[in-house]
Amino acid sequence: MTAAYIEDFKSLSSNGASLEPKWLRDVRREGIERFAALGFPTPRNEDWHFTSVAPISEAVFNPLRSEAGRIARSTLDPFTFGQSDWPRLVFVNGRYHVGLSTLNMPGAKEGLRVRDLHTVLHEEPALAMNMLGKISPVGDRAFTALNAALMVDGAVVIIPAGFESAVPIHLVFLSDANAAKGVSHLRNLIFAGQHSKATVIESYVSLGDSHYFTNAVTEVSVEAGATLTHYKIQRESQRAFHVHTIDAKQERDSHYVSFSFATGAALSRTNIYTNLAGEGCGATLNGLYMADDEQHVDHQTNIVHAQPNCFSREIYKGILSGSAHGVFNGKVYVHPIAQKTDGKQTNNNLLLSEHARIDTKPQLEIYADDVRCTHGATVGRLDEMALFYMKSRGVSADKATRLLTYAFAADVLETIEVEAVRAELERATLERFTGASTAE
Amino acid sequence: MLEIKDLYAKAGDRDILRGISLSVAAGEVHAIMGPNGSGKSTLVQVLAGNPAYEVTGGSASFNGKDLLSLPPEERAQAGVFLAFQYPVEIPGVSNAYFLRSAFNSIRQARGEDEVDPLDFLDYMEKKLELVDMDIEMLSRSVNMGFSGGEKKRNEILQMAVLEPKLALLDETDSGLDIDALRIVANGVNTLKRPDNATIVVTHYQRLLNYIVPDYVHVLAHGRMVKSGDKSLALELEAKGYDWLVEPQGALA
Ligand SMILES: Nc1ncnc2c1ncn2[C@@H]1O[C@H](COP(=O)(O)OP(=O)(O)OP(=O)(O)O)[C@@H](O)[C@H]1O
Ligand SMILES: [Mg+2]
Repeated sequence: MTAAYIEDFKSLSSNGASLEPKWLRDVRREGIERFAALGFPTPRNEDWHFTSVAPISEAVFNPLRSEAGRIARSTLDPFTFGQSDWPRLVFVNGRYHVGLSTLNMPGAKEGLRVRDLHTVLHEEPALAMNMLGKISPVGDRAFTALNAALMVDGAVVIIPAGFESAVPIHLVFLSDANAAKGVSHLRNLIFAGQHSKATVIESYVSLGDSHYFTNAVTEVSVEAGATLTHYKIQRESQRAFHVHTIDAKQERDSHYVSFSFATGAALSRTNIYTNLAGEGCGATLNGLYMADDEQHVDHQTNIVHAQPNCFSREIYKGILSGSAHGVFNGKVYVHPIAQKTDGKQTNNNLLLSEHARIDTKPQLEIYADDVRCTHGATVGRLDEMALFYMKSRGVSADKATRLLTYAFAADVLETIEVEAVRAELERATLERFTGASTAE
Repeated sequence: MLEIKDLYAKAGDRDILRGISLSVAAGEVHAIMGPNGSGKSTLVQVLAGNPAYEVTGGSASFNGKDLLSLPPEERAQAGVFLAFQYPVEIPGVSNAYFLRSAFNSIRQARGEDEVDPLDFLDYMEKKLELVDMDIEMLSRSVNMGFSGGEKKRNEILQMAVLEPKLALLDETDSGLDIDALRIVANGVNTLKRPDNATIVVTHYQRLLNYIVPDYVHVLAHGRMVKSGDKSLALELEAKGYDWLVEPQGALA
């Protein structure tokens, strides 16, 4: 329903957005024009070959723009990793929620800024102008174009040069029953200043089993010498739709450490793209996806080695049960000048049922000659001998399956450095395979 | 305690066990010997419930229960333990967690309370001593990177922890140096009680110097071709199997 979004753009332009600065109106106009020209991607588009977005394009989702009312803080407890004191910015149904967010950010004196985009656009438009759309080009990406046209809120995180954050900054995107049949186009902007060190966590979670669509874009600048750890945790309603693109740009000697944990929605697509635009950078992109029943979970990563002497490490694991469909497409692109590139990519998948399916596609494009790049993908089932061995020691079939499944995922979860997050995701993974094949 | 009657089993299209009968009473030690490929491992794997084998005839009862109708975990919970000829490696599952899961699963099945990790560690210390294993082995993944001898000791450790009624030891002596052999044999003998029984599969009479069998059986081409007392093992050591085993073609 391309037309519905164009209508939405018109109503947004004539209402709130009419007072916006010209540069922003230009961003929106360019977005909607590109979206109108591109339409939703079809499986003929190489990047969408294994994922049909028909359930999104054929449905009507209404814009979610109103702020939620009072919500008890304890509502967030299941999603805070037991760390209620971590600074956080909370969005409910696509809009910033003051009541659930941390107001006095630690580090504010040193220049750490964590604010909602809606406020930044109004109060500090120059700041927004310098960041918005600078890293995520619209190009021929339909969902990014749509996001540019219709975004109203999101998180802005600015980590000043030299700042080292002792605790992670948690961005929570919560959807509840009021999100039903709605869509939010979230735009997050993260700036990690020179030689800073911080962790930012994006959690996409639901209360209940609403049917809604999240179309998020996160732009990330990792300045020279900075280390940014960026986790995305997506645990949404089994009826939700989720498309999220993370674009990172890395300057000289920076490190970008990403983890994507996805137990999905009805359909989720996560794009994680990083551009190693300076020498001596490192990128670590790890992830774990688990899907059951009719769920569809798709990850696309793209690591662009644009400069010499950089490394990239990537391990993605997938566990698919029921009739779930997983997709992994890992691109690594090495420019002609990017000599001494050291890249390693692995994607391992475990199929727990006859009807589960995975499409995995590594794509290496290497135009430099002095590089070391490897990749490997596997698809397997649980080891029958290991299952029998455990059962022969009295361990129930169910527990043996659970333990072996967990063991499959354990090493990639171990790469999560923040202990509270690791422990919670380990627990969630172990729990997931309790009892019948249905999810949590 | 164990009553096997005219047992037939196959793997895929291949008939392996062709009419095995064996009766084991509490307190007894039976040794099973026989040429490579004769079906010794198949027999004990079938008793433990390996789904790779299909039972095509006969029966096996354990303390009056129809063993063959139970899933593998219930056989273990009933007190059957198989020390594998080739212990399985399980990456990502620690030996300690595995042992505790097994121990607690068996306790639960008996209606007993689970044991918490700390109490279990105390219990483990004595068991580790018995097989002369370092506690460090508990934090490693099950059998991963263990030497051949360490894997065999780990099997006996599991047996010591689970205290089975019927222990099936499949070539637990193979690949052990003489000290390790003594340790393993000592472990088995320590765990021996009047109300439990042991079947040892071995190629070597030397093990039987330590674990003294009441009966020795020879398995060839899927059948028991001879049974006797411990002197049969000495005779086999001297004469080999040829005098007992007909060429396979003659059986077909
Ligand atoms: N899962 C299986 N599938 C096919 N054939 C099998 C399988 N397991 C065993 N066999 C075959 O059955 C025969 C008996 O094997 P088994 O392992 O029981 O012998 P064994 O007496 O234990 O030999 P060894 O002394 O070498 O350990 C062999 O020929 C073997 O190749
Ligand atoms: Mg054998």
